[in-house]
Amino acid sequence: MVQLSLEELYKEVILDHYRAPRNKGRLDPHDVALERNNPLCGDEIELFLKFDGDTLQGIGFEGKGCSISQASTSMMTEKVKGLNAKDARALAESIKRMMAGEEEGDVETLEDLVSLKGVVKYPVRIKCALLGWNTLLEGLDEAGHTPAP
Amino acid sequence: MSLDVEAIRKDFPILETEAHGKPLVYLDSASTSQKPRQVIDRMVRFYETENANVHRGIYELGEKATRAYEGSRETAARFIGARSSRSIVFTKGTTEAINLVRFTWARANVKEGDEVVVTEMEHHSNLIPWQLLIAETGATLRVLPIDNDEHKLRMDLLPEVINDKTKLVCVGLMSNVLGTINPIRELADAVHAVGGRIMVDAAQAAPHLQFDVNELDADFLAFSSHKMCGPTGAGVLYGREDLLEEMPPFHGGGEMIREVWTDHATWADVPHKFEAGTPNVAQVVGMAAAMDYLDGLGRDAIREHEIEMTTYALERLRGIDAIIYGPRKAEERGGVVSFGLEGVHPHDMATIVDQEGVCIRAGHHCAQPLMRCLGVPATARASFYIYNTREDIDAMIDALEKSKGWFS
Repeated sequence: MVQLSLEELYKEVILDHYRAPRNKGRLDPHDVALERNNPLCGDEIELFLKFDGDTLQGIGFEGKGCSISQASTSMMTEKVKGLNAKDARALAESIKRMMAGEEEGDVETLEDLVSLKGVVKYPVRIKCALLGWNTLLEGLDEAGHTPAP
Repeated sequence: MSLDVEAIRKDFPILETEAHGKPLVYLDSASTSQKPRQVIDRMVRFYETENANVHRGIYELGEKATRAYEGSRETAARFIGARSSRSIVFTKGTTEAINLVRFTWARANVKEGDEVVVTEMEHHSNLIPWQLLIAETGATLRVLPIDNDEHKLRMDLLPEVINDKTKLVCVGLMSNVLGTINPIRELADAVHAVGGRIMVDAAQAAPHLQFDVNELDADFLAFSSHKMCGPTGAGVLYGREDLLEEMPPFHGGGEMIREVWTDHATWADVPHKFEAGTPNVAQVVGMAAAMDYLDGLGRDAIREHEIEMTTYALERLRGIDAIIYGPRKAEERGGVVSFGLEGVHPHDMATIVDQEGVCIRAGHHCAQPLMRCLGVPATARASFYIYNTREDIDAMIDALEKSKGWFS
């Protein structure tokens, strides 16, 4: 896949989600609510998760901050909604490895999330891009969907 | 005499480099300044021809190193108008200097029931040490707030904040976020009237303003080399000599002693009592070279240039409808402008302008209480120094307009 320039990344991916975030808003009722921030930038999100057995049946978020943090969280909610906890965790871990430069990012499984890789060139912004994903992982832990030993 | 900026730019090798294939436009000197050839060369010369440990060698080379190091103390004293170089303690920077006061003077003098005053615009380095002091002594922290309009200190509240219990007032001479130049003398007079002391954080002011510690009537004053054309790892604590004399030592170790037995020791005279271990000799020598460099340009001329740059930046930023924090008049602020653009988060802004080779800072600038007061999680900040030109500001404005364009 051709690496997006910063301008393409913003214009084709980030701004779409930033302007029209998916699953934005408080989710009630929920099983887990978690508030996390990125102290460096002041990005904030509050994530709401609702499970049906193992399935992440509902997800919502509130937040403010830079476009990368908010757009990445929006993309995250869109992708994990309806997944079972194990697959949601696997996806989040895969995104984290991609952002750490440890794996390429598989277009088949990650689809448009691969575009987030454009942020890797801007190391200080990686935390922004991962805020939602890290919060999701903590939310899964809190809901008792801990990783298999 | 005004600055010959074109000639100055030639002194700074880094300004020849590029960022993302564009000429470097460095507008983050409030974080750290760039270094002129004169300072770099001075440190190289020290290592190549004068390097030895200080205050130890009987041999000639040791004498040379000691002369360079102690000569730097004289330079530093002159730079801030101190009457004696005995008032100059070398530290690794402002943060260490402030913590030195916390662990020595403040521990000996601030007790339960006493009050320590900070301001709402302090850099974390002049806030956290005092929070920690409060936690260990049971004293109370009082905060002098800022107004909501031009974000200046609420001096009208001074009579309420400073009282008989006040032992120490800790205040920045110039805000690293707003650029506000604070009325130190007025604060010093108020705290001296109740028998307290004043600790001035001059990290942001020292590179830009000519000041005199006696005119400010500062008891303690701290600043760093790296923001004023010098290397990292060096800084100064100025302390009134009689206060330094009374204070217990800071770190224990070599250099700071007079006589040592296995179970006790006596201390060296000030300022060496506060300089345990081998100091950052080359950095201190480099810092003195930076002071000479700035004095050579003329500190009035530096200030004049910065007022010109700030005036121009404020005008251009207003032209693109930026939200500007801090005093409106350039004369009331240093060469620092914090701002925001409607609809563009500062971090997005900084990433996008970086593509054009423009370095600005975005974030909380180590002043989270101030950010809360401004009601924003972060601001963008451009800061100017001797090597910046109107063209740099134009480049920033063009890049900012581009970032606005992306989000419109």
